[in-house]
Amino acid sequence: MTRHRGRGIASVNYPIGMNLGGDPSQALVHSNPSGKFTVALSSIDLGQGMKSVTRQICAETLGVPVEDVYVDTADSDTGPHCMGSFASRGTHRVGNAVMAAAREARGVMMEAAAEELEVNAADLDTDGRGNIHVKGAPHRSISTKDVAIAAQFKQGKTISGRGIFLVPLSDVDPETGEMSPATCYAHACLVAEVEVDDETGEVDMVRMDSAYELGRALNPRLVEQQLVGGAWMGVSHALYETPEPYYPEPVHGPRDFVEYLMPGPGDICPHDIAVLERPAPDGPFGAKGPGEMCANPVLPAVANAIFNAVGVRIDDLPITPEKVLRAIKAQGGARPQPRR
Amino acid sequence: MAKTALQFQHNGRDVAIFVDGGTNLLVALRELIGDMTPKFGCGQGGCGTCSVLIDGELHLSCLTLAETVAGRSVETLDGIKEGPNLHPLQRAFADNFAAQCGYCTPGMLMAAKALLNRNPQPSRAEVVEAISGNICRCTGYEPIINAVLAAASGGRARA
Repeated sequence: MTRHRGRGIASVNYPIGMNLGGDPSQALVHSNPSGKFTVALSSIDLGQGMKSVTRQICAETLGVPVEDVYVDTADSDTGPHCMGSFASRGTHRVGNAVMAAAREARGVMMEAAAEELEVNAADLDTDGRGNIHVKGAPHRSISTKDVAIAAQFKQGKTISGRGIFLVPLSDVDPETGEMSPATCYAHACLVAEVEVDDETGEVDMVRMDSAYELGRALNPRLVEQQLVGGAWMGVSHALYETPEPYYPEPVHGPRDFVEYLMPGPGDICPHDIAVLERPAPDGPFGAKGPGEMCANPVLPAVANAIFNAVGVRIDDLPITPEKVLRAIKAQGGARPQPRR
Repeated sequence: MAKTALQFQHNGRDVAIFVDGGTNLLVALRELIGDMTPKFGCGQGGCGTCSVLIDGELHLSCLTLAETVAGRSVETLDGIKEGPNLHPLQRAFADNFAAQCGYCTPGMLMAAKALLNRNPQPSRAEVVEAISGNICRCTGYEPIINAVLAAASGGRARA
């Protein structure tokens, strides 16, 4: 019995969003008389942090403190339309819609403040701490709360804004079949190191090193968190998870968490991540987003690492010990490849 | 079916409820007492998100018959905050970005609390062992392990 080490690499270009009929998302922003703002979305936060990121985007665009913004998500009956949280589109599509809505709401807020301060709205600015003042004269100031109260009870204005971001349907070139499904692409490269046991076929992760280019990271800790967890979803697809282990035969499928294999805290290995920021011209504050790309490069990198370790090329997921062992036997033993 | 009168301590407070025979502790806590902090994940002891402490020991509330806690002390995530302040473990989870969708978090926190109660300065391997019965579907184990180590006495955990 020998445990063979192997290293594999994979790179991906990943489109942000999809385009199978146009890709829109909407957002609505309005202020309450308390001077706090609500963002209404139908988009769903699955734990990736969309609520935090859209809250940041709204606060930054309005020029108010982030704690004055509340994001209400995921009611597709009553909320403005969203295509959904998938295809790594959340930050880019929804973020842009929120930005547009917040810009419109800011315009009304500045008009209302101008009326109270008896100045021209173009001469006003926000301080980001909840006040609006005359440029160059910070003492000529009014709080956003007082503006909201005046708009609601005196001026009869709704401080609100509508936003939509649409990537229109891309035409297909009749000659070449070429089309452009996305407006920007994120990129990643990942090196996986594994150890393969040639007697049991088991594959252990030894370490991962990766670089992700995802536009501007609007919340670097959330990005890191998503990349750390998402990479293990990739490992899980590569090595463990399947509802139909003998597909297309639907036999021996897992019935519960004991039989449906997923990585646990004991399986994880060191993962060093470098985040590269190359802002997208059409992204909200330059953001593209990590999304599904967290997991994508892991699968081919692990498959390549297994080939490097024992010389078997498995193109059927997940790469279970049984498949590894059968492949090693079929070629008459492990054939470690040169280490690069 | 006749209901059984059941009294126990819930986060330091005496509670008295009537349960049907066969009711599990998770249902009793959520539906009869209204403590929604223990979550229902799988209902068969496979995921750990329903974890609670019974007399200080970690238990899966979905596999515990409610009647077996008569006269005992049950602690849930709802009881670990210290007055108006978060428990150091909750603080460490927030500081280390150890929650993503958050569904596993109550169970992770209770498993970590049980560990730190008996071993205030655990090694990384001991933390991994302590939360090995808890599944995180966001696969964010790394920040969770780091948070538990950070919360361990004085934040000086052994390697």
